Amino acid sequence: MKQFIGFLRKEFLHIFRDPRTMIIIFGIPVVQLMLFGKVISTDIQNAKIGILDQSHDNTTKKITSKLLSSGYFVLAKELQPGEDVEDVFRKGIVKMVVNFGPDFEQNFERDGKEDVQLLADASDPNTARILTSYAGGIINDYVKKEKLQNIQLPDQINVEVRMLYNEGLKSVYMFVPGIMAMILMLISAMMTSISISKEKEMGTMEVMLASPLKPIQIVLGKVTPYLLLSFINALTIILLGVFVFGVPIKGSFLLLMGESFLFILMALSLGILISTVAPNQMVAMFISLLGLMLPTILLSGFIFPIRNMPLPLQIVSNIIPPRWFIVIVRNIMLKGTGILYIWKETLVLIFMSVTFIALSIKNFKIRLE
Amino acid sequence: MKEKVIEVRNLIKKFGSFVANDNLNFDVYKGEIFGFLGANGAGKTTAMKILCGLSSPTSGQVKVAGFDIHKETEKVKRNIGYMSQKFSLYEDLTIAENIRFYSGIYGIKPAERKEKMERLLKNLDIESARDSLIGSLPLGWKQKLAFSVAIFHDPKIVFLDEPTGGVDPITRRKFWDLIYEASDQGITVFVTTHYMDEAEYCNRVSIMNEGRIEALDTPENLKNQYSAKDMDEVFLKIARNVEAPPKPSPKGRA
Repeated sequence: MKQFIGFLRKEFLHIFRDPRTMIIIFGIPVVQLMLFGKVISTDIQNAKIGILDQSHDNTTKKITSKLLSSGYFVLAKELQPGEDVEDVFRKGIVKMVVNFGPDFEQNFERDGKEDVQLLADASDPNTARILTSYAGGIINDYVKKEKLQNIQLPDQINVEVRMLYNEGLKSVYMFVPGIMAMILMLISAMMTSISISKEKEMGTMEVMLASPLKPIQIVLGKVTPYLLLSFINALTIILLGVFVFGVPIKGSFLLLMGESFLFILMALSLGILISTVAPNQMVAMFISLLGLMLPTILLSGFIFPIRNMPLPLQIVSNIIPPRWFIVIVRNIMLKGTGILYIWKETLVLIFMSVTFIALSIKNFKIRLE
Repeated sequence: MKEKVIEVRNLIKKFGSFVANDNLNFDVYKGEIFGFLGANGAGKTTAMKILCGLSSPTSGQVKVAGFDIHKETEKVKRNIGYMSQKFSLYEDLTIAENIRFYSGIYGIKPAERKEKMERLLKNLDIESARDSLIGSLPLGWKQKLAFSVAIFHDPKIVFLDEPTGGVDPITRRKFWDLIYEASDQGITVFVTTHYMDEAEYCNRVSIMNEGRIEALDTPENLKNQYSAKDMDEVFLKIARNVEAPPKPSPKGRA
């Protein structure tokens, strides 16, 4: 035990003395979460629009003010009839233009219907789609409430939409589980594999293997500090998510921490496995970055929904551990489900951990032969 | 005869079909400085790793410090020290922290550690550098320190894997003073090297080629036997003889 504490002491000295490691462990999680939560948000807020109002009557003014007071849009330019609409798009002044034709109110009163044109900059298709559907929704809402309240319409089916588990459609709800998976992979798998392969590179691993330390003690000594730090990180991300971004934890906090612990164990065993393959720090880092970080970002369902991927990629996504963890975290935090609904994902993670540990032991033995 | 601290009998190590150590047999005695020479790829590092318990032999008996390397690996490891080519201290830790870590591994009590550390620092004349990071020290110091740390727990045998790579002859000579000192205290020194001038410093040397030990004797005897003026020549003659075609050469084997 004393041996072990001495070992941990040394490991923590390595970590605290290396500014790069400190930045990765304590800086990156916070920066990532802030970036994804605040900057790379897919929510629409204050999108710049132009209004081309050719009739300037009561109805068009009311609709315009509805749009602008919704919080989604700000008026960037009021266009005049005859002005080149494409020009404002090309200059990037607006993302969308709302075009009211001449005699809007008159036509509407007379025929009971009228068209409004929405022009959107579809060079960014996602934003264009969201902007037009928001604007369409606001306009329809206005018409229904203000204009048709006295008119009895024939049988009509009203579509009522309710977004469950994330009523505000906040993208940060989606990002928190993903970032947690990514950061834990980064710290647990990448940092462990780098720190073990560093010992190999420096020749200190041989010295330890020639000492009375058992290989399992060496591995545990290398891994324990990262286990602790990863756990602190998981907590930090969850707390930031809850208190800064208002992400709820509807399910059991204990279960959430338990699952995080399992995921960390899985990532650590993956890190050990990488270090048994990589001869030096550089290789360990490349394997971790290309083999772990990229798939985590692209294939785990963190940003891009798995269901929309081509079938081969959907199949590949099954072997990406964060895929399962993200499902677990979303279920616990947003839906408040218990272990009954996520036992399958949990089993997958357990199975992965056991496999990685078994492979590491096998590789380690071959190296010693 | 003196006490044997290393006994190797019929040691064979194969990697697939490649034979790295082909039937090695030798003894090393207590307090001896034993030079283990050979070209790159001759199999000396493999043999040394087996002796240190870092690798296991395909067949053969190996006893180190009186213990069987296969059955009593733990006891062997308690009684040996090891210094790798890449001299093995942590660059981002201070001298004192490195010593503390390695004493911890070998279970040296803090009081004993402190006393020994003072002696070590004084001996190497680096008391002022106690809290300097290893990375900031000159290479010669690092190597001396690495050696001192490798014998900090008073092992019976210390294994040095090309300990003086990349340093100038004067620093090397000073390093050897430390080796002599350890040998005087009864520590057996098992050293691999490329430098033939270092071979002269050893009590006995073995020369390996293609997995076999081709010669084993004192440097003096080897020079006489091969009628060579220095170890360099001995080494070259052995290497050439082995590389010669299998036909019996007219002069016969030396």
